[in-house]
Amino acid sequence: MTLLTEKRARRRQHETRKIRGKVHLREHLMGWLFVGPFAVVFVAFLIAPLTYALYLSLFQKKLIGGTSFVLFDNYVKAFTDPSFLSGAWFVLRFSLVSIPLQIGIALVLALILDAVTTLFARFSRLMIFLPYAIPTVIGAVMWGFLYSKGFGPLTDIFGLFGATAPDFLGSDLIFYGLLNVVTWQWAGYYMIILYAALQGVDPTLYEAARMDGAGRWQIATRIKIPLIAPALILILVFSLIGTLQFFNEPQILRYLAAGTIGTDFTPNMYAYQQAFSLANFNYGSAISFALGGIVFICVYAFLFFTRKRRSFL
Amino acid sequence: MADRTRVRAGARRPQRYLPLQILLGFLVIYFLVPFWWVIVNSSKDAPGLFGGGNTLWFTDQIDYVGNLRQLFTYDGGIYLRWILNSTLYAVAGGIGATVLAVMAGYGFAKYRFAARRFSFAVVLGALMVPATALVIPTFIMFSRLGLTNTVWAVILPSLLNPFGVYLMHVYARDAVPDELLDAARVDGAGEVRTFLQIALPLMRPAVVTVLLLSAVASWNNYFLPLAMLSDNRLFPVTVGLGLWQGIASANNSGGTSLWSLIILGSLVSVIPLVIAFFSLQRHWRGGLSVGGLR
Repeated sequence: MTLLTEKRARRRQHETRKIRGKVHLREHLMGWLFVGPFAVVFVAFLIAPLTYALYLSLFQKKLIGGTSFVLFDNYVKAFTDPSFLSGAWFVLRFSLVSIPLQIGIALVLALILDAVTTLFARFSRLMIFLPYAIPTVIGAVMWGFLYSKGFGPLTDIFGLFGATAPDFLGSDLIFYGLLNVVTWQWAGYYMIILYAALQGVDPTLYEAARMDGAGRWQIATRIKIPLIAPALILILVFSLIGTLQFFNEPQILRYLAAGTIGTDFTPNMYAYQQAFSLANFNYGSAISFALGGIVFICVYAFLFFTRKRRSFL
Repeated sequence: MADRTRVRAGARRPQRYLPLQILLGFLVIYFLVPFWWVIVNSSKDAPGLFGGGNTLWFTDQIDYVGNLRQLFTYDGGIYLRWILNSTLYAVAGGIGATVLAVMAGYGFAKYRFAARRFSFAVVLGALMVPATALVIPTFIMFSRLGLTNTVWAVILPSLLNPFGVYLMHVYARDAVPDELLDAARVDGAGEVRTFLQIALPLMRPAVVTVLLLSAVASWNNYFLPLAMLSDNRLFPVTVGLGLWQGIASANNSGGTSLWSLIILGSLVSVIPLVIAFFSLQRHWRGGLSVGGLR
């Protein structure tokens, strides 16, 4: 009797386990079915090219003897190459100025738009976002016109005061010329993300703060900004990744700023020149990889320092 | 929810703060100046463009029609081809990337499958990979396969959108309740039907956002087609205008007529995206907030 029930119980347990196993298998299968197509693309256009780039970067093509394995020679060459180093130094410097500037403007705009609820404010929100809808290339073309001595308005405007127009395409001011293009292009996008985050904040919090005697300024700095810190960090990461890969704007302005922007102005431009103008794919890959390494280290360091504030990764 | 209550409160008592609005006004002018300049100057012919005079105001002669005709007939109507190419790349790349991202985001959010956490971590790591670092090896791989200088060389790599997957994952996790999916399963709906009829409508704001962001990314892409394509009849409008700008800058006097084409060409090329953003803005703004908040 007892033996029988025990047997039965064991069999039942075994069966449920089998069913549960089936459910699990089904869930694994369905999960991979949904993720699968993306996984294929991910492997084909991210994992494979990255692996291949790493492989390529370990070889050197020589005039005599063909292609040979040189391990890290290309990297040693890159990190002692003044062209690569000056480009990397430029994008680092540029990031340190442009990212706080863009995000600062975006934050101020988002806070204003969150506080002001007129029709004009709604109109402004769209207009400020507009540059993001413009391809970076076209944005650079437009600003290139505005900067140009031939048909830009700067000459006229400064002429009114009897002054000479600053040459934003000259080597002294190109940093600021590019800074302006990038800020114009991206501040509105970051503003929209921050604004969306602000809209998600529970308004009863402001009520409570107001009861406690907090002013508008205090509500903004003590409540709103801390609450949208995750969104701020998210856009900081994106702008960091984007700025270190700087390519489109200088590449386009290069045509107008002959002599100011060389082919090695940023690491990405240098890699492009090595690969596609000089057919030196090995060294081009090594530069790309070295740049990727720099991006990764910068982003990782940033995420490490802000790990308490973020919630998105 | 909070959003709606606030809008209602705002409608009752609009918050004005005049000094802030004046500051806003100045900033709006800054953001609009390049558009204004392009709109004004695409009305001019080459002498009007280079003849001095006010560059921020119209000349007596406003000739949009003539300039447009010139733009669309120059070099055998190559400009129209570039616009159509851009449209193809944006539509194919945008829809493809969105389908993949929505499926993967939903899969990551709603199924506990083998290597899920690891795979998702890898996808997040991919956000940090500079997109341009992929262009050189992808170019060599494609040239081995004979795919360079074809439309596939531009469309296939733009199917990859890890950020879209991340956005969809966050959104599906929060907006699609597990109980609802279970209820649909109990009622006998298969997994695919549950996804299409229950989950997908709930994820719509995020789907529109991902679609718009992927399409814009494809439309704006410059580095990839610049590297992949050599036949200018396959160029998207970004690479095409870059080409014209290079030509116009190279020959200072011979390029004058080309400059007015570039200016008008820039204006025309931004119109589709501006329309897309404005007509869909109600949808994409809701989708954007998820990425940053939770």
